[in-house]
Amino acid sequence: MWDLAAHSLDIAKLRGASYADARVMHLRQRDLTTKNGAVGTLAQSESIGIGVRVLANGAWGFASTDRLTKDGVAACAAEAVKIAKASALAKRNDVVMAPEDAYVDSWQSPFQKDPFEMPLETQLDLLLKADKEMRRVKGVTLTETDLQFRKIDSWFASSIGSRIHQRKVISGCGIVATSYQGDEIQKRSYPNSFGGQHALRGYELVEETDLVKHAPRIAEEAVALHSAAQCPRKNGTLILGGSQLGLQIHESVGHPIELDRVLGQEANFAGTSFLTLDKLNKLKYGTELVNVVADARPEHGPGLGTFAYDDEGVPAQCTDIIKDGEFRGYLSNRETAHLVGLARSSGTMRTESWNRLPIIRMTNISLKAGTWREPDLIAYTDDGIWMDTNRSWSIDDRRYQFQFSTEIAWEIKGGKKARMLKNPSYSGITTEFWNSCDAICSKDYWTLWGTPNCGKGQPMQTMGTGHGASPARFRNVNIGTAFGGK
Amino acid sequence: MSATAKMRASEKAALCSEKQLRNIAQTVIRLGKAAGAEETEVHLDETLDALTRFANNGIHQNVAEHGLTISVRTVLDGKTARVSTNKLDQDSLRSAVESSLSLAASQPKAPHLLPMPGGQKYKRVKRYMRATAELTPEDRAHAVRKACDLAVKEGQVAAGIFVSGQMQSAIANSRGLFAAHRQTRAEFSITMQQDPAASWAKGNAADVRELDPLALAKRASAKAKLAASAVELAPQKYTVILEPAAVLDLVGFLFYDFAATAVEDKRSCLNDRMGKPLFGKNISLMDDVYHPGQLGAPFDGEGVPRQRVVLADNGVPRNLVYGRAAARRAGKKPTGHGFTLPNEYGEAPMNLVFAGGKASLDEMIASTEHGLLVTRLWYIREVDPYEKVMTGMTRDGLFRVEKGKVTTAARNFRFNQSVLEMLRNVEMMSPSARAAGEESFEMVVPAMKIKGFQFTEVTKF
Repeated sequence: MWDLAAHSLDIAKLRGASYADARVMHLRQRDLTTKNGAVGTLAQSESIGIGVRVLANGAWGFASTDRLTKDGVAACAAEAVKIAKASALAKRNDVVMAPEDAYVDSWQSPFQKDPFEMPLETQLDLLLKADKEMRRVKGVTLTETDLQFRKIDSWFASSIGSRIHQRKVISGCGIVATSYQGDEIQKRSYPNSFGGQHALRGYELVEETDLVKHAPRIAEEAVALHSAAQCPRKNGTLILGGSQLGLQIHESVGHPIELDRVLGQEANFAGTSFLTLDKLNKLKYGTELVNVVADARPEHGPGLGTFAYDDEGVPAQCTDIIKDGEFRGYLSNRETAHLVGLARSSGTMRTESWNRLPIIRMTNISLKAGTWREPDLIAYTDDGIWMDTNRSWSIDDRRYQFQFSTEIAWEIKGGKKARMLKNPSYSGITTEFWNSCDAICSKDYWTLWGTPNCGKGQPMQTMGTGHGASPARFRNVNIGTAFGGK
Repeated sequence: MSATAKMRASEKAALCSEKQLRNIAQTVIRLGKAAGAEETEVHLDETLDALTRFANNGIHQNVAEHGLTISVRTVLDGKTARVSTNKLDQDSLRSAVESSLSLAASQPKAPHLLPMPGGQKYKRVKRYMRATAELTPEDRAHAVRKACDLAVKEGQVAAGIFVSGQMQSAIANSRGLFAAHRQTRAEFSITMQQDPAASWAKGNAADVRELDPLALAKRASAKAKLAASAVELAPQKYTVILEPAAVLDLVGFLFYDFAATAVEDKRSCLNDRMGKPLFGKNISLMDDVYHPGQLGAPFDGEGVPRQRVVLADNGVPRNLVYGRAAARRAGKKPTGHGFTLPNEYGEAPMNLVFAGGKASLDEMIASTEHGLLVTRLWYIREVDPYEKVMTGMTRDGLFRVEKGKVTTAARNFRFNQSVLEMLRNVEMMSPSARAAGEESFEMVVPAMKIKGFQFTEVTKF
């Protein structure tokens, strides 16, 4: 692989590139699903190819191919230079990159059990057992389970001399019970919606998640939701479970801090950001309890945003995003770092595959744990609503106004968890919301959640991001607007 | 030819010929037979795409890709599984076949697995345009330059994309089926920003000559100018005029509800509603891959020819679409809408065509006493699957209409609106045309004037 990558860099230089980097990537994936007790999807795939990014005449070009021959990668590199020269016909300024050292390294994400080496029968058996447990519950009309495994090798080479190999093993698993009755479809998911939990781990994630044990509970809850009371429409106290709070962080902190959005580079598709450059170190993003970091380092945990180097050859870092409630940092790359006065990229360039250009992406954007015990959070809440497990999510293209709904909620009355509520939702303005946070649970309740489906860029790229969170409380929140007509 | 000349010649990438696709497919089918597969199916998908992206009035990203994926499904003893690779050498293809058999063997027998279909006859569609295939990075850069120059002249900031590409897909199986389709795609979209607002326009066609990037830029520019000073209105029910992109992105969420498997699984909003009035009498829609405003292959994931299907007629949902398995379970004929097997979702109509009306957008505006004109919608998600309540935001141009005229821009709203109810409240429609949005795939839809559209909150811009 190194020979092919090096050859592409040589050709790029020969054709006039002032800088070039190449990524050979080999992606392997296994997907297993069941539905109503039968196998649904059973598929495995692999894809290998090279993407070459070059700077020529002060502008970027990128080309990719799966023809991994000497001629194939040479043609690809030459095409990248041709494209860069075409870009220069309509460039605004010459690209300037922040300096970075060259690295020669190899890293593999830690895991205990390689999911690709586990017997498929074991994996399917687990799903079919969980599926069966859900179908035992009367009133359940649809049961679904899934496992997803990925193994990604990347060989990064750049014209400044870096040679970095990384291997990541990713696992994901989840179950869903759906119940249709009367004029309602209700569903419950475990351990999270939209495919469950995903992490940079091996099969041990699936074993620890214990889908079979939780299957009856979520099936019963899906049915019970039909007879639950409607979540009221009011302004009040909201407690978010960890997985929902993870998505709240993703949408209302993670996206607005992407510097390419702030600088207008995503204006036509993903949108821009309310976090204009004048707000850095000045905006009171949240209460003093709110501390958010962007941490790609392995010591943060096995998140979907964990790596040793980003796809631009910059080492993983931890960046303060919100410190004691103050807005402190953006996600940057080598091209944009100098625009916010940084001497160096914060290391957030990531690509979905060999055929996609690396762009600024979230790594692990996590809310640091607070000090509260979960039982105390309930005991010290007189009147509130606890919402859990995302059902829908939406936010405007500058990341001010959001609305989320969750699968389930419970009333908190007089310091006790009371009746179940259906169709819960809440909405608000990003900074008002984070400035209403008055309690965050401790590290004992903190989980690094994986969001496997973050879409951004044109052509669209799907990326996995990590979000550490523990349950937290927010005051004076708009509740129940989405279902206001019910 | 010198080595350099040879290399330069090889730089001009091209799609494989149909003969090459057939050869690869036959090799895989032969390998399947040799490995003991009772049946073998091969999918070949090739993409040759380029995308020029611009922002802040200049090109900032510019990419090209070329890839061919081979996907093999084998059947043995009533069990099936799929393995995909993009390695074309004989050993890799053999390994894909053997892995597929191994995956298949690891599961319980599927009691209702159907034999693969034999050879089929397909209606030809012409969707490959040389002018699009031959577009160069320089061509795209020149068009982008003109759009950016317009932005600079108007004191605005342009961002957008210009895409040109070609793709082909083929299916073959060991029962003699072979189907192949190739098409081109050109797309230009632009956001013109005039602080603190923006507006947007987009076009998409098989033939790049049908796109006029500068005209789209001028349209977005003029609307951005109007959008720049917005007033804040109270969130409530309004009469709205949705431009085609906004209609598309909302009604696009209905597509999977018309899948027979979705109804069987009781996750469709059409559960217990087929054959009963559900939309207004003025709403009729069909799935029609052969419509001149559509793109796509004339066959489905198993190689079954796509049929035209009337989905709703005068407000009444009449028909669902069926893959082969769902059709067998329901005692119906497959309609050619099945997904690639194995999967748990069955099928879906992917080429929706709405019957439109006769009104122009100007006539809709002129007939509106108080209302809002909506350019596009954003971040649409399902809130209630049975009532089909969707939430999302307006974006890039929300305008107030008073006494038959567009008067001023309004700050963007969040909506929570049932699509079913919306389609009962359509007062006027334009003729249908191919439209492109960002939340759904392209389809043929009209602009619509709708009463009582529910906005629930307002944002800061």
